[in-house]
Amino acid sequence: MDLLTLLQVLDSTVRLATPLLLACLAGLFSERSGVFDIGLEGKMLAAAFASAAVAALTGSVWIGLLAGIGAAVFMSLIHGLASITFRGNQLISGVAINFLASGLTVLIAQDLFGQGGRTPSLIGAGRFEPITLPFAEALSGVPVLGPIYADLISGHSILVYVAFAMVPLSWWVLFRTRFGLRLRAVGDSPEAVDTAGVSVAGLRYGAVLICGLLCGLAGAYLATGLQAGFVREMTAGRGYIALAALIFAKWRPVHALWACLLFGLLQAVALRYQNIHLGGITIPVQVMDALPYILTVIILAGFVGKAIPPRAGGEPYVKER
Amino acid sequence: MTQAPAIELKGISKAFGPVQANKDINVRVMPGTIHGIIGENGAGKSTLMSILYGFYKADAGEIFVAGRKTDIPNSQAAIAAGIGMVFQHFKLVQNFTVLENVILGAEDGPMLRPSLARARGVLKQLSEDYELSVDPDQLIENLSVGHQQRVEILKALYRQADILILDEPTGVLTPAEADHLFRILDGLRAQGKTIILITHKLREIMEITDTVSVMRRGGMTATVKTAETSPEQLAELMVGRKVLLQVHKTPARPGAPVLQIDDLRHTDRHGVERLRGVSLTVHAGEVLGIAGVAGNGQSELLEAIGGCVDASGSILLNGKALPLSGPGSDGAARRAAGIAHVPEDRQTEGLIMPFTAWENTVFGYHRDPACQTGPLMNNAAIKQQAQDKMTRYDVRPPNPALAARNFSGGNQQKIVLAREIERDPDVLLIGQPTRGVDIGAIEFIHKEIIRLRDAGKAILLVSVELDEIFALSDRIAVMFDGKIMGERAPESTDQTELGLLMAGVTASQAGDPIAAVDASLHQKERREARAHD
Repeated sequence: MDLLTLLQVLDSTVRLATPLLLACLAGLFSERSGVFDIGLEGKMLAAAFASAAVAALTGSVWIGLLAGIGAAVFMSLIHGLASITFRGNQLISGVAINFLASGLTVLIAQDLFGQGGRTPSLIGAGRFEPITLPFAEALSGVPVLGPIYADLISGHSILVYVAFAMVPLSWWVLFRTRFGLRLRAVGDSPEAVDTAGVSVAGLRYGAVLICGLLCGLAGAYLATGLQAGFVREMTAGRGYIALAALIFAKWRPVHALWACLLFGLLQAVALRYQNIHLGGITIPVQVMDALPYILTVIILAGFVGKAIPPRAGGEPYVKER
Repeated sequence: MTQAPAIELKGISKAFGPVQANKDINVRVMPGTIHGIIGENGAGKSTLMSILYGFYKADAGEIFVAGRKTDIPNSQAAIAAGIGMVFQHFKLVQNFTVLENVILGAEDGPMLRPSLARARGVLKQLSEDYELSVDPDQLIENLSVGHQQRVEILKALYRQADILILDEPTGVLTPAEADHLFRILDGLRAQGKTIILITHKLREIMEITDTVSVMRRGGMTATVKTAETSPEQLAELMVGRKVLLQVHKTPARPGAPVLQIDDLRHTDRHGVERLRGVSLTVHAGEVLGIAGVAGNGQSELLEAIGGCVDASGSILLNGKALPLSGPGSDGAARRAAGIAHVPEDRQTEGLIMPFTAWENTVFGYHRDPACQTGPLMNNAAIKQQAQDKMTRYDVRPPNPALAARNFSGGNQQKIVLAREIERDPDVLLIGQPTRGVDIGAIEFIHKEIIRLRDAGKAILLVSVELDEIFALSDRIAVMFDGKIMGERAPESTDQTELGLLMAGVTASQAGDPIAAVDASLHQKERREARAHD
């Protein structure tokens, strides 16, 4: 494989890993606070639709982005209300959000645009365009490093850079700030937080809001950066893959980056190599397409080491008598 | 005395629905003293302290802190008023370091680094002042229970608490750790701190408190100077009638060996070997008491004999080997063979809490012909039997239709005892017979155990209460880390010797007991940690 092909695969890895990474970090904040969230998929989908629809209507991708974040945060608040305030079952609430998003997006899209549940293709300012980093042109002549900088690092949309910047930022927030300490504590031992005089519900709502914000970015990137418009079920299980990556990463931000890049790589390889010929055997494209999901199953089945979730995860906090 | 009380409660009342948990409580706690609050379970001690710590809001009454009327609507207000609380079940984040736990909720600013640095200094000072040494960078989950408790105390002191409330602090400690705790409390008192000690152990009250308040059924029955009272008087104030604190029993007349256990081993599902070659013999007509700190294999021993978990080794019942795994090794088979089992945790293993008392009196024996008509259960007969048993065992209220959870701890235990004893077993396994049971019921249960012994049953008693072990046992075996450390006769040993054995220290090492205890506990933790990896 020559350098150019390799760079193309890695370049596509970066782009495909971006929505996974944002969703994974979203789940990380929520689950570290003790609120399990299988509704990442639904939130991303809602955000993807809202951003594409608003961008198509207004012609501004930035207003679209805001709408996407708004939609995901709204969904998060529903999840928060159900699982924090009303102490409902977090899995059921998450499933409900996935169904809600799956149905509502298509319904509203059909009603607004009449194109069979999709939004019109976004053009010009309705999309996030690739950004060329400074000196990319000038340095592209330098052997090896030049193409890596020009093709792999430069030339992505702003949300890709945001996603990657979120990794150290999340780490810093979680492990270097008061908010992060309390957030980690509330996911492990809410009663310790409560007796220390800090509001358990307040912290969990904070975490769920951050989760919504990041899901909003992920969804908006799908519809306005990676692709040019919304199509039904366009998240295609990325929310669940992000959850698998989260478990793989054992709820740690930097590990989440590597996990998401791995899943992104598998998706990129599947896109690039349709049928792989190995001697006499041909591996059909379906196998390649299924790889990320197969890996998800393997990870969720617990084959990859022991992953211990936050101790109070999934449990609504009830003050004991 | 001109000094204002550190805490003064006036007319505190609190009801949960129809239950009056506290009624018109008045108490003054003087600064620089250790004030004991004693009472049976459900007397309202914990509710009262929860009100003081802002967990509940009182329906009526006033709280004065250092002479000033203070409202305590939440824990934050309690902390601000200088009140710190060490709960019975620690409120620590297991995967945080000691330092992180100490600053949680009391950080200096939005960034962690300066808070951690300051806390490190403060902690060093506190540990020097009060014998509270603990490694600030160690994870809580790697600390022994005694050290975790120190972290809780440090948390309160870091928040500059002047008043420290400790709820049943010695329940989880070895006698040596409890002594250390009392030294710490002594030191705190010497520095002018006020300590409220909630307990149901009369010995602790007599040992360390200056003043003691007694609670009964939500009310405060008396506040007396410790020096001017006696355990008997306190017990009477708690229960409302004279109580026998001593169990009266004649010397045992042991018969033939009934239960012979040899090299019993059991590994739990985390891969930790919980029983490491236990050998014991229990004779007819004797009580063998197993002493030990919770978590050293006593639970697994009962479960293995009772057929709840698989094991290896051998158990002979009246000379016949019992299968230890596979078919015929379950609880039902053991019951049929004549082993009755009163489990340690009556709420999860002994009873089904939402089910009625009469249903609970028949579990495990519901296939008995007397309980059946053809393929159906004969509910009328079962209810009638239940009514009889409840009357005989003085279960209050004697209403078989009430759900198990509506009985007090002592009465729940009597229901379990009635079920197990009434089948006339050869062997009685009984774990923590009086945990969470009030003094009146303890008296009844102890008498019942001795009555069974005198009727020629072999009784294996597991208890973390040394007093109970001494009161009932004819022989005492001490368990530590899945092994029997030694066997003693109750009249030829004392609490100190048993305490060392409970920490895994034998007489030969006892030159420097504290170092030996530390080393032995450390070894045990390392073994468990290795198995977890």
